[in-house]
Amino acid sequence: MTLDLLPIGQPARITAVDWSQLVDEEGQRLRSLGIDIGTQVAVSHRGVFAGRDPIAVSVGRMTVALRRVHARAMEVEPA
Amino acid sequence: MSKHRSAALVGNPNAGKSALFNALTGARQKIANYPGVTVERKAGRLILPSGAPIELTDLPGSYSLATTSPDEEVTRKVILGEFPGESAPEVLVVVLDASNLEQHLVFAQEVIALGRPTVIALNMVDLAERDGLVIDPAALESALGVPVVPTVAVRRRGLVELAEAIGAAEERQAEHPRPHVGMTERRLSAHAIADGAIISETARHRLHSKLDRLFLHPWLGPLILFGMLFVVFQAVFAGATPFADALQSGVDLLSSGVRSALPPSLIRDLLTEGILSGVGSVVVFLPQIVILFFFILAMEASGYMARAAFLMDRMMASVGLSGRSFIPLLSSFACAIPGIMATRSISDPKDRLTTILIAPLMTCSARLPVYTVIIAAFIPSRSVGFGIGMQGLVLLGLYVIGIIGAMVVALVLRRSVTKGAASGFIMELPKYQLPTIKDLAIGLWQRAWIFLRRAGTIIFMVTIVLWLLLNFPRAGEGENQVDASIAGKLANGLAVVVEPIGFNRDIALSLIPAMAAREVAVASLATTYAVAAEDDDQTARKLGDELKARWSLPTALAFLAWFVFAPQCMSTIAVTRRETNGWKWPVFMLLYLFALAYIFAGITYWTAVALGL
Repeated sequence: MTLDLLPIGQPARITAVDWSQLVDEEGQRLRSLGIDIGTQVAVSHRGVFAGRDPIAVSVGRMTVALRRVHARAMEVEPA
Repeated sequence: MSKHRSAALVGNPNAGKSALFNALTGARQKIANYPGVTVERKAGRLILPSGAPIELTDLPGSYSLATTSPDEEVTRKVILGEFPGESAPEVLVVVLDASNLEQHLVFAQEVIALGRPTVIALNMVDLAERDGLVIDPAALESALGVPVVPTVAVRRRGLVELAEAIGAAEERQAEHPRPHVGMTERRLSAHAIADGAIISETARHRLHSKLDRLFLHPWLGPLILFGMLFVVFQAVFAGATPFADALQSGVDLLSSGVRSALPPSLIRDLLTEGILSGVGSVVVFLPQIVILFFFILAMEASGYMARAAFLMDRMMASVGLSGRSFIPLLSSFACAIPGIMATRSISDPKDRLTTILIAPLMTCSARLPVYTVIIAAFIPSRSVGFGIGMQGLVLLGLYVIGIIGAMVVALVLRRSVTKGAASGFIMELPKYQLPTIKDLAIGLWQRAWIFLRRAGTIIFMVTIVLWLLLNFPRAGEGENQVDASIAGKLANGLAVVVEPIGFNRDIALSLIPAMAAREVAVASLATTYAVAAEDDDQTARKLGDELKARWSLPTALAFLAWFVFAPQCMSTIAVTRRETNGWKWPVFMLLYLFALAYIFAGITYWTAVALGL
């Protein structure tokens, strides 16, 4: 399952990231925010309009907003 | 005595760096740009407990020394002493958010590894405690090997201890650089260090998630956002009036004082008709700008701005932008200059350029003097039902046309000149915080000062130049002063160009000085008609009467349409030049906006004529 499909509130662990789907700088920004392979995440909110984009992901004590395109590049395993 | 003369605050965005900086240095701050780039340099004076002053700078928030934005680039270069003309700060003060240790320790370790004199400010410990987190600073200190000082910037807790530690940091200069480690190792050890320093942990940021559930709610969230924006604009327009009136009567008082103190002369006319009426008609907009910035700063400081960006991201994405553009564009409703400067936080260069190019289409407060005078004169003050006034409706329409225009332009630009990969939106949603009065006051003062300086210099000079252009050479016997003046001759040429869109020569004349700033058009029209009517008691209402007598309704509407698009603000052009590092984009901006203004004014004029208005 990819992160964009993870139900709200379901904790999960990122098992793989397809960095090639992301622009270099986006990948770097995600990593510097602590989003990488092995990170524990949960989707806490989804956007309002069409496609419910972007999503808010809680990472530790932080909440990070990212787009579904980014989330689609991340494989997660519910924990 | 302390050998140190400089220190810098570094840390992740949202670590409370600016609040700490304000608390340490007070209101006396020097704000300038780093040379050659467009990142703000904030510096102030910190008095150490020993009485020795040092220069403290507030470096842009950074997640890592591996940079992804111009802001982070500056931070990295300044820290490493690679920034030309900027000596490396002697002491690095790493600001950590106590309730987000495992994240903030990643960058902190990177900074500590540089082996420079370093002090850690464990900031916002009160918020961490509110979240049920108790942290042991001593454990953190022994794990990191540098002094750790718990602080609460907003309550001035730990400031003396922090200053002491900064002064004492010189003893650690001999520290050896540590071996290079990668991001993954640093993240793992950040977790370990955070776990070791956290004594107890109970509830997990309950308040924030509760607030997020409300503000990011699928339909309540946008409702709250638009409700808030409605309140903001209501406050700007209603709340500013008494202050604006007071400023206006102050200027009037000054003007009549000058008139009774001096004998009739050219100098007296220059003072009253030129300088006082010109600058006065601009300074009265200070209350609106201050009120608007109050809300923008409060939204920013409270953490709500990022939620607004989250809510608006999908909408902005539909025109090829991201939620990050929402903040600069919203600021542009007060003034495009701070709006364009706020685009520095947009990491994607194409996104940023597009945002800069459309920012002048947001109806800034400088257009309001133009809009209000014309609307008051030409649009009947009657209700269209449901308590909605016709005049307010027209004003709203002008805002909406600007927004729609901006969206269409953004779409076109994203498919042509600023074509590129779909821009991303990756942004930390900071914790909610109650903004402090002091931080708001400092921010407001800085903004108001920028506006006043602009009004006080550019507009002041333009008013004098205009007055000279209008009054020289002096008209001969039986000749009209405006026709005889240099400005009158210039306007004759311009009038030919703007005649097809329904503009008369007086409008052409007002457009010349309005290049400096849109609001000067009002001052200019006032001066023109005051000169033409030889009327000393010129007021805004009188100007309205004058306009009504001289302009047709289609001309007035075309004039409004012109100002929705026309890039008549030298400062915006200058800022765009600086922000884009060259003349290419400001020239492009000028050309496309003038073209739009001309076309839309023409369409408005001929439609109105065809409708028999």
